[in-house]
Amino acid sequence: MLIAMKVKAAMLAGALAAPILATAFAPNDPREQEGVLRLLPISFSYRAAGDFSKDGRPVEGPLRKLSLPADLVVMKRQVTVGEYARCVDEGACPRSGGSTGPQDVPVVGVSWHDASAYAAWLSRKTGITHRLPTDEEWTFAAAEKARDEAMPLVDPSDPAQAWIARYETESARARPAATAAQPGGTFGTNSNGLDDLAGNIWEWTDSCFLRVSLDGGRERITNTNCGVRVVQGAHRSYMTDFIRDPRSGGCAAGVPPTNLGFRLVVEPSQPVVTAVARSVAKLLRRT
Amino acid sequence: MLTRRTALMGAAIAALMMTAPAVAGPADDLKLPRKKVELVAPPFVHAHEQATKTGPKIVEFKLTIREKEVVIDPAGTKFHAMTFDGSMPGPMMVLHEGDYMELTLVNPATNSMPHNIDLHSATGALGGGALTHVNPGEQVVLRWKATRPGVFVYHCAPEGMIPWHVVSGMHGTVMVLPRDGLKDADGKALRYDKIFYIGENELYVPKDANGKYKTYETIGESYGDTMEVMRKLIPSHVVFNGSVGSLTGKNALTAKVGETVMLVHSQANRDTRPHLIGGHGDYVWEAGKFNNPPQKDLETWFIRGGSAGAALYTFREPGVYAYVNHNLIEAVELGATAHIKVEGKWNEDLMKQVTPPGPIPPDKVGAADPVAVTR
Repeated sequence: MLIAMKVKAAMLAGALAAPILATAFAPNDPREQEGVLRLLPISFSYRAAGDFSKDGRPVEGPLRKLSLPADLVVMKRQVTVGEYARCVDEGACPRSGGSTGPQDVPVVGVSWHDASAYAAWLSRKTGITHRLPTDEEWTFAAAEKARDEAMPLVDPSDPAQAWIARYETESARARPAATAAQPGGTFGTNSNGLDDLAGNIWEWTDSCFLRVSLDGGRERITNTNCGVRVVQGAHRSYMTDFIRDPRSGGCAAGVPPTNLGFRLVVEPSQPVVTAVARSVAKLLRRT
Repeated sequence: MLTRRTALMGAAIAALMMTAPAVAGPADDLKLPRKKVELVAPPFVHAHEQATKTGPKIVEFKLTIREKEVVIDPAGTKFHAMTFDGSMPGPMMVLHEGDYMELTLVNPATNSMPHNIDLHSATGALGGGALTHVNPGEQVVLRWKATRPGVFVYHCAPEGMIPWHVVSGMHGTVMVLPRDGLKDADGKALRYDKIFYIGENELYVPKDANGKYKTYETIGESYGDTMEVMRKLIPSHVVFNGSVGSLTGKNALTAKVGETVMLVHSQANRDTRPHLIGGHGDYVWEAGKFNNPPQKDLETWFIRGGSAGAALYTFREPGVYAYVNHNLIEAVELGATAHIKVEGKWNEDLMKQVTPPGPIPPDKVGAADPVAVTR
């Protein structure tokens, strides 16, 4: 029932908020001023993550119009090697696979646990709550870079047709030209002003894997597996939380997430109205 | 470079001493009909009769040795390969018991090294290795009689550098079919609709101090470092047909329910253990020699390093099958996987999902906390 409730709250909030995109800046915090954006909640299209079934048959996750309940303050870029290294140096983050090399490229080779440790550390350091985004938040922030990849459904009476179709879809995915993490901005900026979405790094979200029944028109979560989290990038994927270096092979085909990295969202730290006013002022200065 | 030159000189001298004088034109001492075969790159095999009513003949093949740089994994790792006819493995050559193979081995002047061929299916002279040393710019013609039916490895075997040439790609398969075709233990004829030819090959790519694969300007420069990795016996890649992913994704093999496929698996250097996930080996010549009755209903079969084996399987269910080296670390982490997409109608009698994944009933061991489930 959680999802349904969230939707109602979100829709209400969405109706109240004006569809303005703006840059946020928290006073006295140069890092935030440089590094984060405030997105106002406008309505967006969202395909629920997880495995859905109706009357014992697999179905697509429902596609809905959502609005986030409040502004989303989110990092413009993924957390870098240098930023993550400071957390490692203070003994608050595990050393990651991708922590060597240039300091200004995004950190990769991080697990959900590593990313969560960084968020907790940064929250303590700044006094501002930082956390991983939910899948809904990531999809909203990614805007046109989010990909709703509908996969063929498995018919239990003849599952092989869907397996072959899925296999072909997965096999057809393009592999990134470069596998190493690239300097921030390499993969462009989206309409919300965020950099490098859906490049060669998949980003951890905080959303757990759900199995959901849609029987009788009701939405019922039958299993929540938080050992598996949603990762987002050029396609949505589900990843065991301690994995740092994803791969395919064996029975699976297709292109696994090339790298695992992350960006964080910031719990709103100032009234929405102030932020909007400041942002509008800043936008005006720019033009 | 010193190492390479010394190696080249040694092999060149050996080649000069051992190669027979070139013969002008094909030998005509045998009054037999001739047939010329155009080879097909693996995983496929040139058209051939499974059984033949005709008498023995001379079957002409030509293998051109190509030294070339190839990409061996999706990360783009480059590798200086040595190949028969440009592919890893070299093409399969099929003939019948009692036929003669007349093989022209060409070493173009653009290559850097002498090469030769040792055919496990041939008798004498190190499998032909002692009579086929060719320097760049030379060719040689060897004739040998196919006296034993089976699938057999062939490989390059130059003096002092045999393992390096083999694990760099110079290996392939000869199939000698019984003239009256394949049979089961009771003498009943066995046939196949398709043949897939898998050449497994482990690679030993050197790494630099940062753990990145090293690249080299020339194959000669890669020799010293590669030998050092080889001597430790820990491969960096274990691949089917030359690279990770060569037979998966867009390159997956295809078949239909009801079709009988022959899977020929060849490994010139190291033991392996093919397994068809979700299927079986209906008839398997594990050691690859057709005068022995095939074993039935195998789950996994053992291919000894330096041999080829053959399995027949008739697909009964559609879907995506993985054909792997069932050392699963080598299959999943190092690359030894092929996929077969099989079209057809699902047979519920063989398998059915009775109840889809769902919660364990509340009163049973392992059931989730009801509060957590319905949150």
